[in-house]
Amino acid sequence: MSFRVIGKPIPKRDGPEKVTGQLRYLHDLEVPRMVHGKILRARYPHARIIRIDSSKAEKLAGVLGVITGDTVDQHPFGFARDHLALKRGKVRSIRDEVAAVAAETEAIGEEALGLIDVEYEELPGVFDPDAALRPGAPLVHEERETNLLDFRFTFEHGDVGWAFSEADAIVEGTYRLNYVTTACLGTMAAVAAWDAQGRLTMWATTQAPFLFQRDLARALGISGDRIRVIQPPVGGNFGRGLDLYPIDVIAALLARRVRRPVKIVFERMEEFIASPTREPCVITMRTGARNDGTLLAREGRVVIDSGAYVSWGSTTPTVILSTMAGLYRCPNIRFDSTVVYTNNLYSGSMRGYGNPEATFAVESQMDELAERLGMDPLELRRRNANRPGDVTPQGCRITSCALTECLDAARQAILQPLQRAPRAGWKRGVGYAAMFHVGGGARIYRSDGCGAILKLDDFGKLTLLTGASEVGQGSETVLAMVAAEALGIPLERVEVVNHDATVRPWDVGVHASRTTFIAGNAVLLAAAELKQQLLALAAELLDEAVERLELADGFVFVKDAHGRRLPYEKVVRSGHFREGGRILMAEAFYDPPTQMLNKEFRGNISATYGFACQAVLVEVEEATGKVEVLRVASAHDVGRALNPLACEGQVHGGIHMGLGYALTEQLIVRDGYVLNPQFMEYAILHAQDMPEIEVRLIESMDPAGPFGAKGIGEAGAIPVAAAVANAVHDAVGVRIRELPLTPERVYRALRGRSAPSPSSSSPVGERAG
Amino acid sequence: MKPRVIHLTVNGEQREVSVSPNDLLLNVIREQEHLTGTKYGCGIGECGGCTVHIDGQPMLSCLVLAVAVDGRAIVTIEGLARNRQLDPVQEAFLDHSAVQCGFCTPGMIMMSRALLNENPRPTEHEVREFLRGCLCRCTGYVSIVRAVLAAAERGAGGEERS
Repeated sequence: MSFRVIGKPIPKRDGPEKVTGQLRYLHDLEVPRMVHGKILRARYPHARIIRIDSSKAEKLAGVLGVITGDTVDQHPFGFARDHLALKRGKVRSIRDEVAAVAAETEAIGEEALGLIDVEYEELPGVFDPDAALRPGAPLVHEERETNLLDFRFTFEHGDVGWAFSEADAIVEGTYRLNYVTTACLGTMAAVAAWDAQGRLTMWATTQAPFLFQRDLARALGISGDRIRVIQPPVGGNFGRGLDLYPIDVIAALLARRVRRPVKIVFERMEEFIASPTREPCVITMRTGARNDGTLLAREGRVVIDSGAYVSWGSTTPTVILSTMAGLYRCPNIRFDSTVVYTNNLYSGSMRGYGNPEATFAVESQMDELAERLGMDPLELRRRNANRPGDVTPQGCRITSCALTECLDAARQAILQPLQRAPRAGWKRGVGYAAMFHVGGGARIYRSDGCGAILKLDDFGKLTLLTGASEVGQGSETVLAMVAAEALGIPLERVEVVNHDATVRPWDVGVHASRTTFIAGNAVLLAAAELKQQLLALAAELLDEAVERLELADGFVFVKDAHGRRLPYEKVVRSGHFREGGRILMAEAFYDPPTQMLNKEFRGNISATYGFACQAVLVEVEEATGKVEVLRVASAHDVGRALNPLACEGQVHGGIHMGLGYALTEQLIVRDGYVLNPQFMEYAILHAQDMPEIEVRLIESMDPAGPFGAKGIGEAGAIPVAAAVANAVHDAVGVRIRELPLTPERVYRALRGRSAPSPSSSSPVGERAG
Repeated sequence: MKPRVIHLTVNGEQREVSVSPNDLLLNVIREQEHLTGTKYGCGIGECGGCTVHIDGQPMLSCLVLAVAVDGRAIVTIEGLARNRQLDPVQEAFLDHSAVQCGFCTPGMIMMSRALLNENPRPTEHEVREFLRGCLCRCTGYVSIVRAVLAAAERGAGGEERS
């Protein structure tokens, strides 16, 4: 099948606005009479609020109003309904919002915050799950009588006890994953404006506008139809915008109080403290296998530090389970989870959503197992690789699957000769890690659907109204490509409308690498319907049978009749200007044929699954513990790369985020306080820190995907950390089970190492060097 | 604080603006000149999103007081393209899809332009070193570095019209 648009490296549609500085981001938005909001946060991670005196702040010239938890009408929100935007009675984390100010300028607002006098009674806090679960531990939410959350993710499949007794080799370990954060270049922001009829317009950072609309309505105690959600361009999101946050509610409450539109923009330090993080967790796992490498059983338990409230970070055990039970063929699985309130920051969703964490444990353990069995680590993976037709213990039905090809491609790419000569005092090593992730949506809500409306107009322009959200990843480009291909219309004549939830059809949100697959399929369904309408009308005008017509380049052609054609605009106009006229418009809703997980955590939650393998070549300086990544090879089963430029771009960015997770990024939270809320100390990798990157896109042509595509948004970020840890072990023989692999951590491990480094005997490391 | 009137050339136009002694150039550009292509990312010179050219030199406008640049020529991202003609660096960023969310893009382009003015044929290593003050969370810098090298290849060095 040959395509006109699909498979071509098409630059981003909003590129010209972005490279010229013309694009108006949420941060750049100004609304007439708009004032600025500022938020006062807790002074202590756990304290009773005795008294708030805002009288001085209210008297400051330029201040329009101050609100606190007790002076507004607000309602709890969040997954566990445990959260008020402005706290009442006590604060439970350093992020907690105590008061908010609306002022003529940001500077006045800032000054006013300093004039609010809050009297606290400091309370002892709990800052890790172990402490939080001890009898008599201070309670984060007293009314709940325990810090243990009442949701648990348990799973059992096969006969785990028997399987471990049969195993020739068993490895076990505990893996510690810490706080990291999305660190988007554009901070979180919100603009709220109420009209004379009590209707609210919200310009927000959200990436799930329709769920946001519902949640915000509940938090404000109004009905959802009173809210219009607009998503201007944001500076990244990566999962950050998946929940409703206090910033959104507070902007609306302030605007209601002062009867002026209110804009709140986080400062960078505030972004580090108050925007959602990846959840810190501890995974304890064991894996058993036969002598020939066949996996027999995996057993794991995860303890999640939920922080002071519940958001998406607390539900990541579903994905952690999915990888433990799904990555490689492993017939006997047992899993359990413990989710605990503490006085730390609460976590949200972040790219990969539990999977980088799980993959770090599973793939570290695969290498440990290979070592125990004396097998090549890649051969062990190949032997157990998922294949088309497999059904995982949870019931995930694997259709297209090129995992084996990914393993081989990553190996081939990582072993290419390296320009750089080996350095004295540095040892080289190669590590591998693979990935299993949803690639055809993820039914975590009862619907996993997305709507599309296509309108062909009398200028021959096709307008796509999609439920899908653009957060910089390029969805509007790829969806326009799908529409252009399906309807034979030049790409530049397709317009995508995706910012205003009022005019767009419904969608769950941009998450779980689902947009290309789900929204793309919705576009295809609507296009098929519109094509029929267009052909029927054209058939009438041309006096030909529909079967004799075809669409290309914005024309309806009569097959084998050179020259007989009609431009789309002419067909559309003929529909307008006739008795009993019509318009050319079609709508569709695509909800994949998948299942929600049942109470036993079984179900085929995605219409297809994505696979990848990443290989990492490192050098480790033995004297200092410094790890330098020289090359990352990333091979991905993408179904079909609809836009190779965008597809590779997603992988590149994922690798950057994954390498940060592996090597440098950590939000240091001690006794509830964030110690490094700046880029200088929260080290995302700079251009000169990045290794050579080789991407291999492997096309398995998914039968259910739009033109064969599956999701790719998160994949690049998922296996990297595990591959780095495996490469470090290959280089210097130390197994590090905690991230990030800072020089100090590696150095300490090297000092504690009993035997000399086995890297000299590592064939892979040597060959790569 | 008492406002002061300063004179700037902004993207080739003479401007007279009234500023407070503690106003940052970044805020004057964004709020008074309404040139919002220059971005606030951190406010303390760590991210590079606010990079502009002052008399041809790349500077972080979040670290510069407006009163300190009285009489100087400022070029922002909006002033790089002239007569609807994109700068070759902007073109290269488009062609190589060196743009995802785009929030770092203005700073990256201003910094890259400054590099090519100074060093028309940089090595990949020199590009990476020069851009070290500009953070990107989306691209892993892969396509950005490619774009800058491609712009250099096309002979884009030293072409800035300011």
